[in-house]
Amino acid sequence: MTTVTKNKVTDLFLENAPSFGSFPSLREESKQIVNGKGLPAAKDEEYKFTSVSKKLEQVITDFSPAKPIAVSKDTIKDHLWAGFEGSYLVFNNGIFSEELSAFENSGFEVQMLSESNAIALGSIAKAEKDPFIALNTIYFEDGIQISIPRGKKVDSPILFLFFNQANEGQIISPRILIEVAENAEATFLEHSISLDEAVYFSNSVTEIKVGQNSHVHYSRLQNDGSKAIVVSNFETDIHRDATFTSTVVSLSGDLVRNNLSLRLQDSGCVGNMYGLYLLNGKTHVDNHTNVDHTKPHAESNELYKGILTDQSRGVFNGKIFVRQDAQKTNAFQQNNNILLSEDAIVNTKPQLEIWADDVKCSHGCTTGQLDEEALFYLQARGIDKMQAKGLLLYAFAGEVLEHINDESFRNYIDRLVQERLGSNF
Amino acid sequence: MLSIHNLHASIDGAPILRGINLEVKAGEVHAIMGPNGSGKSTLASVLAGREEYEVTEGEVTFKGKDLLEMAPEDRAREGVFLAFQYPVEIPGVSTTNFLRTAVNQVREYRGLEPLDAVKFLSVMKEKMKLVEIDQKLLSRSLNEGFSGGEKKRNEIFQMAMLEPTLAILDETDSGLDIDALRIVSNGVNKLKSPNNATIVVTHYQRLLDYIVPDFVHVLYKGRIVKSGTKELALELEEKGYDWIKEEADAASV
Ligand SMILES: Nc1ncnc2c1ncn2[C@@H]1O[C@H](COP(=O)(O)OP(=O)(O)OP(=O)(O)O)[C@@H](O)[C@H]1O
Ligand SMILES: [Mg+2]
Repeated sequence: MTTVTKNKVTDLFLENAPSFGSFPSLREESKQIVNGKGLPAAKDEEYKFTSVSKKLEQVITDFSPAKPIAVSKDTIKDHLWAGFEGSYLVFNNGIFSEELSAFENSGFEVQMLSESNAIALGSIAKAEKDPFIALNTIYFEDGIQISIPRGKKVDSPILFLFFNQANEGQIISPRILIEVAENAEATFLEHSISLDEAVYFSNSVTEIKVGQNSHVHYSRLQNDGSKAIVVSNFETDIHRDATFTSTVVSLSGDLVRNNLSLRLQDSGCVGNMYGLYLLNGKTHVDNHTNVDHTKPHAESNELYKGILTDQSRGVFNGKIFVRQDAQKTNAFQQNNNILLSEDAIVNTKPQLEIWADDVKCSHGCTTGQLDEEALFYLQARGIDKMQAKGLLLYAFAGEVLEHINDESFRNYIDRLVQERLGSNF
Repeated sequence: MLSIHNLHASIDGAPILRGINLEVKAGEVHAIMGPNGSGKSTLASVLAGREEYEVTEGEVTFKGKDLLEMAPEDRAREGVFLAFQYPVEIPGVSTTNFLRTAVNQVREYRGLEPLDAVKFLSVMKEKMKLVEIDQKLLSRSLNEGFSGGEKKRNEIFQMAMLEPTLAILDETDSGLDIDALRIVSNGVNKLKSPNNATIVVTHYQRLLDYIVPDFVHVLYKGRIVKSGTKELALELEEKGYDWIKEEADAASV
């Protein structure tokens, strides 16, 4: 028998674990997982560059679940960008607030998880997969399930607004389950905001069933305060002939870890993963992605790009798993980084595991400086240096942003990115 | 307009320009010729302000101002234009895209009103005719997948948009077929006026049939070793550079 030396935070989480009445067996199982495995320590290969546990130990003072804060409807409206038209679902410190949300008659169904009876919670985001999924499963009070009915095209986007402001450094645990039925279409947006420079730990789980022949876009903007610790666990099951596109834009935070997993369950699936991270100060952003090709004739595309300055750090780890059955797979992966300072660091690692022999896979990663030749060219045309830099960096970032299908969200992010890139970051 | 006096420049400690003297007056066309590696592009780059080159000695004044003191963008705004020998590719940035910023920054520096989108487009249309360039090309990523001729025409198009007082064309003719050469030269000639000047760097006398120079200079080992009129170019075409090299090497021993 091996004994696991658990770290201090694991014990603190278990000691302070809330006891909610819903999902008793799921939560119990999760406790055992966290107790058994412990939260990942520095030795853990998957968390080698991103020691969430150590960071939590340093900054979290209160390991209890955060409570909702007082937020007015006007504050919510202030945070909707110009041109946004759609439904929005507000999570106040991780807890869904129906009162602050607006989603009437939008062609989809919203239920509290504790009252829903569709696909089983935790069947896509399995607690044993990652201790942070298990931790969320212990800590979330309630969450929501969204169901898009068969054949339904939801015309306007569905926005999840995460309002985070846990003053004591508490634990925020949003939980979302999405079921998109056959032949349906929907666009999800997610925006996380801190109302001030609060210390908190947000550990979210989103699980999505992308039904047969359905089309789903999910775009996220991570704009948490500079003291926020964020772990997002994003698990998807993609069914036959369905297309799922994820875009994640990370602009700030103290430490951000995004786990994104696409399971291409059948033939004809298309999984797209795009990411952009603009990092300054000491921000640390880690994108761990995983695409699992299980059947023949499926396709995955991945492009992550980073621009880093100061002492920021970026981590990219992209796993492509092609099972023996998955002949005629097309899988593309690309990670490109520009470092603007001497002290910024990027660790990038493609991980390809290919068991089928007739596949097309390609991957590549680059890390370099801004193209000085191009910069000189633009200056020689009369454009000042700062703006020329901004232009070049924006063009670099644009390749990711163009995949955000909702125009108003794309424009909003575009503006934020341009502002950042046109200044000295 | 441009006065270069005893200009020395080096890269990574290696001297490339070793005492250039040149006077260019308004209305003049100067051709600079010379064997490969003699420093022609280096001279053009130093004038445009490329930072890799270190000026170790000498002065350059442009319209009475110290050119070497200025940032590259200010040189452009003052009216220096360099058509690159090897125009860079910039993925994701189109000509239209950066040129409006460029034109308006230049106009602002010159105390002119910025061009709005509509006005900019109409100026663009007019200048496009000059070099027979297609609008589609201008909205593609700069130089990515452009043919050699398209790249060079795009350089001259930008020149037309920026209305420089001193245009330095670094081998704008190299690799062009006769038709493209005619189009590019016509463009340059239409932009000529008594108030501006042109320096053309070339290996080929045939360009000088189209853009007729007032002076021809031969650059060799970082110095201008011979200057003359357009007849010198014909002589070089006929006899090659060896006689000049011998003369110059003998003189410098
Ligand atoms: N970036 C650089 N690094 C190192 N050496 C350089 C660099 N640029 C130019 N040189 C050297 O300086 C010398 C002059 O080069 P330059 O490009 O100015 O010549 P040129 O006259 O324009 O030649 P060509 O006719 O081939 O265009 C050459 O020996 C070249 O190798
Ligand atoms: Mg040259």
